[in-house]
Amino acid sequence: MADRVFTWLLLACALLVVSALLWVLSDVVLQGTAHFSWQFLFAAPIDAGRAGGIGPILVSTLWLLLIALIVALPLGLGVAIWLSEFAHGNSRFASSTGITLDILAGVPSIVYGLFGNAFFSIYLGLGFSLLSGGLTLACMILPVFVRTCEAGLRAVNDDWRRGALALGMTRSTAIWHIVLPAARPAIVAGLILSIGRATAETAALLFTSGYVDRMPGSLLDSGRALAVHIYDLSMNVTGGDGAAYASALVLVTLIIVLNTLAQSLVDHWFKRRLKIA
Amino acid sequence: MHSNGSRVDRRLTILLLGMAGATALLLALIMLFLLSEAWSFFANRWMDGSWLQLFYSQNWYPLEGQFGMAPMILSSLAVTVGAVALALPLGLGSAIFLQFYASPRSAQSFRLLLNVLAGIPSVVFGLWGLTRLVPLITSWQPPGASMLAAIVVLTLMILPTIALTSASSLASVPRELLAGSTALGLRRNTQILYIILPAARAGISSGVLLATARALGETLAVLMVAGNVVQNPSGLFEPVRVLTANIALEMAYAMGDHRASLFASGLLLTVLVWLLSWFAHHVSRANKQERQHG
Repeated sequence: MADRVFTWLLLACALLVVSALLWVLSDVVLQGTAHFSWQFLFAAPIDAGRAGGIGPILVSTLWLLLIALIVALPLGLGVAIWLSEFAHGNSRFASSTGITLDILAGVPSIVYGLFGNAFFSIYLGLGFSLLSGGLTLACMILPVFVRTCEAGLRAVNDDWRRGALALGMTRSTAIWHIVLPAARPAIVAGLILSIGRATAETAALLFTSGYVDRMPGSLLDSGRALAVHIYDLSMNVTGGDGAAYASALVLVTLIIVLNTLAQSLVDHWFKRRLKIA
Repeated sequence: MHSNGSRVDRRLTILLLGMAGATALLLALIMLFLLSEAWSFFANRWMDGSWLQLFYSQNWYPLEGQFGMAPMILSSLAVTVGAVALALPLGLGSAIFLQFYASPRSAQSFRLLLNVLAGIPSVVFGLWGLTRLVPLITSWQPPGASMLAAIVVLTLMILPTIALTSASSLASVPRELLAGSTALGLRRNTQILYIILPAARAGISSGVLLATARALGETLAVLMVAGNVVQNPSGLFEPVRVLTANIALEMAYAMGDHRASLFASGLLLTVLVWLLSWFAHHVSRANKQERQHG
């Protein structure tokens, strides 16, 4: 009897969760496709976004993501390698870097927005621009990316490292050809997590990259990210709901496409090197 | 050859050390800027002894120099606690269902759905809440934009995370425990409640704390549906304003002390999240030790 009640309860939980999530997803897909056309992807917004498209906004979004990734990925991977391969476990500098990374990984994104506004926009004089927005995003994704990669690198079997050293490989060769390819899944996971967070971000961009929905002429121009556009359409523009849903659909699709792309790129890159090794 | 190799190694070490140094510097810079922007605000209130008012005064009139953050702190906590209280049983229940009851095929599609929804931007949940949920609540209990709407939107946002992390920590419970308890003739619900769940406790609680930090730090999804009136959270259908939303709403025109007060509230949020993650660290370590000794 108790067993049956328990099973029914669990089933009810699962059904409730599935139906609620499907409700949200189907709303986004149905209302999004209703307003979507290929024109919508490329045209400039007209009448505060009620009509027209999201062309310039899409461009700004991709620029912001590109700046964030260019800054955060090499730096993050370097720090992860240093933390897992070179910093000897209990060095004080390494452990305090680790703790700071953990704290910063949990800091709310609006706080990064405050920092970006104070440092990049005002102190460095970049103003409301794609550059200050992208750099703020880079600061935001850095801790998560480092921690995920570091965990993956640490999980690589030590026998592989010893084997490589015994074969007379230098440490740099061993890292490049053995350890990094072995940690591939974690690097992909970190990359996907970072892309997802950076593309979805709104709060950190409100006061760093700004609201302007024109096509950005340079990296020092203000640009509106897709997520900010959705927020603005639904909160400040009456009658913008259709366009907001279509933008939401584009944003969700964009994240899925970027994730697949990242996965296949990293796979391709590392597979080629594993074959040589 | 050998010396060439070790030279490359040395260069790499220096390069990586430089990167680590730059990152550490960056992290210090973030802290430093938040502190320095909020400093004058804290220092002034420390000097005239009115700093405690931040935490109990009800009056948030920044343009008249009254900075009572109590209603917003309470609202932030109430909304977060509400969302976690809803999402924890639902997420954990569906994780157990997914792991022990569902057929492989339905488990796979359930997992896919959860993964897709875990990646959906929070602003999309906010949009859905604003256009679907708020009108629904309005037709029942106006004004609609309320604490309830914020709690439901946050619940949907953190549900996939809680379900996925719980499912993966349930999956990592050693098979022998399950086999042993089956051999003892324990019923399924007893097995799950008394054997599996305690064994997976550490993983589940760290997932929940992660979700709590996300809910506490969420800005726009809450801002879009909560109504944003500065008042104590007195009822589910009353509009509230949370700390993060306050920063987003007022940053655009804040000057001087007002701006510093927003940085101070950002710092306060950071401290709250930091306490949470410290707690999570503590819980998982205590659990590990307990298991080693037990």
